[in-house]
Amino acid sequence: MKELRSLIAIIPALLLVVGFPVMLVAQNHDTQAHSTHPVTEGTHHEADHADNEHHTCHFHADVHATEYDATGTAFHHIADANVYSIGSYNFPLPCILYTKGHGWDFFSSSNFNFDFFGHGEGRQAFNQYALDAGVVKRIEDPAFPSGAVALDGFMHIEETMDGETKEIAYACYNGAHYKLLPQSTADAGLFGGGITSFYDFSLTKNVVSMLLISLLLAWGFFSIAKAYKTRDNMAPKGLQSFIEPIFLFVQDEVAKPFLGPKWEKFLPLLLSLFFFILGLNLFGQIPIFGGSNVTGNLAVTAVLAIITFVVVTINGNKNYWSHILWMPGVPPIIKILILTPVEILGMFIKPFTLMLRLFANITAGHIVVLSIVGLIFMFGKLGESTTGAITGAVVAVPLTMFILAIELLVAFIQAYVFILLTASYIGAATEEAHH
Amino acid sequence: MTGSIAAIGMGLAAIGAGIGVGAIGGRAMDAIARQPEALKDIQANMILTAALVEGAALIAIIMAFLVK
Repeated sequence: MKELRSLIAIIPALLLVVGFPVMLVAQNHDTQAHSTHPVTEGTHHEADHADNEHHTCHFHADVHATEYDATGTAFHHIADANVYSIGSYNFPLPCILYTKGHGWDFFSSSNFNFDFFGHGEGRQAFNQYALDAGVVKRIEDPAFPSGAVALDGFMHIEETMDGETKEIAYACYNGAHYKLLPQSTADAGLFGGGITSFYDFSLTKNVVSMLLISLLLAWGFFSIAKAYKTRDNMAPKGLQSFIEPIFLFVQDEVAKPFLGPKWEKFLPLLLSLFFFILGLNLFGQIPIFGGSNVTGNLAVTAVLAIITFVVVTINGNKNYWSHILWMPGVPPIIKILILTPVEILGMFIKPFTLMLRLFANITAGHIVVLSIVGLIFMFGKLGESTTGAITGAVVAVPLTMFILAIELLVAFIQAYVFILLTASYIGAATEEAHH
Repeated sequence: MTGSIAAIGMGLAAIGAGIGVGAIGGRAMDAIARQPEALKDIQANMILTAALVEGAALIAIIMAFLVK
C-alpha cells in the first residue's frame, strides 16, 4: 500500500519531466515546418508591394519568427481561448454569439479552422464571425458573405481617434479588407473595451474549466456529506480525511474569530469561496490539462469580489453604516471633508483589492512559469540550435518545477487570504456597537 | 530604451509594499519568538495586515497598466 502511494506522487513529477520536452520537440518540429512553407506567401506580398496596407495582411502562424516572442507567448497562454487543448489535442468549444439586428448564432469553434500552433486565429470566417488574436470578432460589413469563407489573413492598424490610439483589426478576403468589431466588454472602456453591438456568450476554456471544477466539487462534497451520514461516529476515510482538516481550519481559524457570534450564517459562503478558488487555482497549475487561468482572469475575480461586496453591504448593520457615513466622536467638519469620503471610497476599494490580489498573484505565477519555459526557446533560437534548447531545458525544467511548487503554496494562501479578508469585512459590517 | 514612466511608479510602489510586508513579517517573527503559544493569532493577523499593505501595490500595478 505504501509503495502505491509513493507511486502516485511520482506520476505527476514524471509527467512534468516528460511533458515539457515532448512539448518542446513538438514546437521545434512546428517551427521547422513553418520555415519551409511560407515561401508562396512571401512572393504574394512582393507582388503587392505598392499596396502598403496589403503588405501586413497575414496569418500570424505563417510568419517565420526570427526571434522568440516571450511576452506574446506568455500573454497568449494566460488568456482565455475558444479551444480546449489537452496535451497536443485541440477540442473545439461551442460559440454562442449574439449581434443586434442579426440574432443568435450557435456553432462549433472548429468552423474557424484554426491549426494547433496558431489556435489564436482562424483561417476561416463563419457567418461573418472571425477568430483573431484569440478572440471572436464580427465582420461588420454586410457585403461580406455569410457561411464558411476562407480568409487571406488579418492585419492590425493603429488608428488615432479622439486622441486615443487604438489598434483596429481587419480581416482580409478577396483583395479587400473588412473591419472587425470586437465583442462587448463590461469594463466600461477601462481596458480599451466597451459595449458594442456584438455580444459573445461562448463556452470558452475558462468557462469549461469552471464548470468542470464546480461539478467535481459538487460530486466530492455530496459524497463526503453522505459519508458523514453513513459512517457516523467513525474515523474519516478517503476524501473525507483530506477535506475535514481544511473545513475545520476555515471554521476555527477564519469564521469563528472574525465573524463573531454569527459565524454559522456565513460559514457556507466562506467554504464555497475557499474551495472554488482553491480548486481553480490548483486546476490552473496542471500544465498539460488545458492550463486554464480562471482565477487569473479579472472577470472571474471581479464576480467573486462583487459577491463579497454584496454580502457585506446587505448585512451591514446600523453600527457599520454610522461608522461609514457619520463617524461618532469626530468633529463634523473633519467628517464631511475627510472621513466620510474616504470611508465611502474604502467600501469600494476593499472588494477592488480583493479582485486584484487574486488576479495578480495567479497571473504572475503563470507568467513566471511561461517565461521560464520560454527560456528553452530563447536559448534554442526557436529550434535552430539544439544544444541551446537542451541547455535551456536543463535550466528551465528544474526551475519550473520549483516555481510550480511555490505556486501550489500560493494557490492555498490566496484562497485563504480571500476568505480571511471576506470574513473580516463581513465581521466589521455585522459587529455590534461596544462603546 | 523603450517603456513607460508608469512602470517606474509601479516599481516604487512595490518597494513601499516590500518594506511594509517585510516589517510586518519581521515583527510577527519577533512576536512568535516571544510568545510561541500565540502563534495562530499572530499568523492570522500577520497575513491579514500583509494583504492590506499589498493592496496598495496592487492598485499601483493596475494604475501602471491603465495610465500608459
